[in-house]
Amino acid sequence: MLKFIIPLVLFAILAVFLAVGLNLNPHDIPSPFINKPAPVFSAPKLTAPTEKLSTGDLKGQVWLFNVWASWCVSCRAEHPVLNELAKQQAVTIIGLNYKDEADAAKKWLESLGNPYNVSIMDQDGRIGIDWGVYGVPETFVVDKKGVIRLKFTGPVTPEAVQQTLLPLIKQLQAEQS
Amino acid sequence: MKILLFFLLLLSPVVNAVDTYQFNNPEQQAAYDSLVSELRCLVCQNQTIGDSNAELAADLRRQVYEMLQQGKSQADIQQFMTDRYGDFVLYNPPFKAKTGLLWLGPVVFLAVGLLAVFLFTRRKKTVLPADNVAENAEKLAAARRLLTDKDTENLS
Repeated sequence: MLKFIIPLVLFAILAVFLAVGLNLNPHDIPSPFINKPAPVFSAPKLTAPTEKLSTGDLKGQVWLFNVWASWCVSCRAEHPVLNELAKQQAVTIIGLNYKDEADAAKKWLESLGNPYNVSIMDQDGRIGIDWGVYGVPETFVVDKKGVIRLKFTGPVTPEAVQQTLLPLIKQLQAEQS
Repeated sequence: MKILLFFLLLLSPVVNAVDTYQFNNPEQQAAYDSLVSELRCLVCQNQTIGDSNAELAADLRRQVYEMLQQGKSQADIQQFMTDRYGDFVLYNPPFKAKTGLLWLGPVVFLAVGLLAVFLFTRRKKTVLPADNVAENAEKLAAARRLLTDKDTENLS
């Protein structure tokens, strides 16, 4: 009897491990930034390159930091979701135009709509490295104290907005700065 | 012909991403080479940033080079990368609670395997010879009987 039970148990354990492995997304790397202060930047604005936006300017408010580029296909899929979120005016949305051409980026916003309060330019990808960006689009939620509270890798879906983003934003808006 | 082509394929050189960085001294170049060969490219996860042609890998190589030029040590640069990308960026992650399974898993599997082999072989050894002795004795007796029968037949 034992002769059959042992291989069966071993097989069950192996099957559990394989099932878990199959359901993991290897591109979903846990960000070391959660609950850490957001990396500091000061970068030129996309629409007004002579002006700069820095992290200090955003102290005291909850903001989304969305990494996007005109060459990024998934960003196109995500864009209507951001437009919808912007319409609700629930949160400040800052865009990081990552390794992009300013002209292409501006055209992209003109034709698809601009959900960003401000987009800043990161042409050589240095701000991206500071924020640990490796797969565009990525979205960070930063609280009033300038601490990163959540990170999405890949396009934000309408479900994620309803179930995760909006509740978290509401909670963070209620916190003291 | 096919075999020849196969061997030609084997001869093709390993292609690495090529940058034209100028180093101040051989030590710096060695530090650069060792760093880019142990930092993971996060876009193409089975390649190091030294192997990969992904844009992010090129940016990270530039970052490594610039930090070396600023006089940063290898440990500083590894810390810089793990602060941003987590332990996943290191091909040689540190041993700690979170990576314990990664490091100890193979040892545990080896131990279990050795134990299984040990138990299995020991059981065989104790069971089989006892069986064989009795069985062999029987066969031997039968063979002897046959032989003696034959001998008597031939003689008659």
